[in-house]
Amino acid sequence: MDIPPLTNGYEIVYKKPQTLTDTPMHYCPGCGHGVAHRVLMEVVEEMGIQDRTIGVAPVGCSVFAYDYMNIDMQEAPHGRASAVASGIKRVLPDRYVFSYQGDGDLAAIGTGETIHVVNRGENILMVFINNGVYGMTGGQMAPTTLLGMKTTTTPYGREVKTAGHPLRITNLVAQLPGACYVTRQAVHTPTTVRKLKKAFRAALEYQQKQQGTCFVEVVSNCPSSWKMTPAEANKWLEENMFPFYPLGDLKLPAQSN
Amino acid sequence: MEEKAEVRLMKGNEALAEAAFRAGMHAYFGYPITPQSEVIEYLMAEQPSHPECVILQAESELAAINMIYGASGAGARVMITSSGPGISLMQEGISYMSSAQLPCLIANIQRGGPGLGTIQPSQGDYFQAVKGGGHGDYHLIVLAPASVQEMADFVFEGFRLAEKYRNPAMILTDGALGQMMEKVVLPPKGSLPYPEKPWATTGKTKDRERNIITSLFIQPEKMEQINLGLQAKYRQIEKEEVRYETIAVDDAEILLVAFGLTSRICQKTQQLARERGMRVGLLRPITLYPFPVEPIAALAAKVDAVLVVEMNAGQMVEDVRLAVEGKCPVQFKGRMGGMIPSPEEVLQAVETIAEKQHAEL
Repeated sequence: MDIPPLTNGYEIVYKKPQTLTDTPMHYCPGCGHGVAHRVLMEVVEEMGIQDRTIGVAPVGCSVFAYDYMNIDMQEAPHGRASAVASGIKRVLPDRYVFSYQGDGDLAAIGTGETIHVVNRGENILMVFINNGVYGMTGGQMAPTTLLGMKTTTTPYGREVKTAGHPLRITNLVAQLPGACYVTRQAVHTPTTVRKLKKAFRAALEYQQKQQGTCFVEVVSNCPSSWKMTPAEANKWLEENMFPFYPLGDLKLPAQSN
Repeated sequence: MEEKAEVRLMKGNEALAEAAFRAGMHAYFGYPITPQSEVIEYLMAEQPSHPECVILQAESELAAINMIYGASGAGARVMITSSGPGISLMQEGISYMSSAQLPCLIANIQRGGPGLGTIQPSQGDYFQAVKGGGHGDYHLIVLAPASVQEMADFVFEGFRLAEKYRNPAMILTDGALGQMMEKVVLPPKGSLPYPEKPWATTGKTKDRERNIITSLFIQPEKMEQINLGLQAKYRQIEKEEVRYETIAVDDAEILLVAFGLTSRICQKTQQLARERGMRVGLLRPITLYPFPVEPIAALAAKVDAVLVVEMNAGQMVEDVRLAVEGKCPVQFKGRMGGMIPSPEEVLQAVETIAEKQHAEL
């Protein structure tokens, strides 16, 4: 859809990238997915790589990512997005390939694929949205659910004794030699959004250099499953999620000339 | 060096692997499991002569089938092989590929089950192969080779059918055919053309809408339409792709029906029976799905009895009974758990049927 430029003295400073479709997103108010989709697609547009980018959507809330991203996409079985992305990248090595996965997909059912994809150093970008809960199935415990956090399957709060510890899989991934760039970002304020966009841009640029897997965790929220308003959820995110999942780079690419 | 047909003495697994290179395979993702590990070993060893082809050992069959999904969705000609337990692990991915209409060639070099079972040959995965195998209503196109030559030939045919119908195809064979050595004539490389794949996710160019590979159609009205489309495709496959062969059926009073390895055993039985004056013929389904329903029904109207021979507890016999529709008695002779019936053993079953038929006259 072409939007005619405004003529009454105003200048367009912000608009929808054409790498997003016009389909209204199904995400709940306050959810981080919509913004994460948008900044990723802004980077694809700005780099001019729409015709060379292939995305893989997971099972989870972002299963419909292909309805919103105006690029070629595949929808993977639960947990297997990074294996699907590996298959694409291996036969189309000159394309930009990313997987977009939630915490259940990437760090529970898909842990094996996550570890081995990074360990092989597949030249893909893995986007990891961590909100500590299974959103699509209605708020069950995720591998990243914090201790004490109430979900529909930990109604009295997550306990180590029965459910084990929350998994910092990004720290684990950063130890693997196949990882090129590993960073943990957020998406709940203008500042964090700008930083996330820089991280996505860096990750896609590194992909060209074929130095290994780029892994961008986005510590996000889930107001619906957390039973909070969006504002409360963002406050809770800062006070509880960030201390356990601190933001920042965990691994930077080796310097090369 | 591979520009022309070539005659070699090879194992079935190696012939299948070499045929895949010659059929222009772009990618193979696999995981070791007996009795089919020679496939990936051969592919890895020969890959330097085929630099255009990706051969990757995945961390599991689960990962491997999903790499196949991704690569097929990106337009590549892809193959995966495994045996029993590994094929079971792949079922989710195969169901997704059937729904997303992604072509691929899967080979199941069967071993005895259930469970971890044995590494000896079996035909115990017939139901899994021809009835779908995973969740939902779908079919694979299933080819059953009976020689090392067909292990190679059906790679070409499997790729061709999979791409023609945008559907996974399976070579259903067993550990004996995978391990045995026979003479094989290998077709030249490049003899199988690549069809256009305008649906593939290769990057959205300005001149087209984005391509999406998915099996998710959350509106039931849409999902029903997808299912109706798949069923229409299966009806077309049933109409056009049935393959079988017969031996000495014209005057047969007893009809043997067997596929794969057991069809070769039954070929010997059929000769022994004829030498003893019994009028025995053999029908061998080559495609297990689509199943040769009509040829079996036509012969059932002429013979006194049908004997189905399998290396399982009786799986294809159910499809034979459906085809025969009570026109004549259908008996079953099977061995399980990696045991192979001998021609003489099958002959005994034939003689028992013949005596019974004779007594009734």
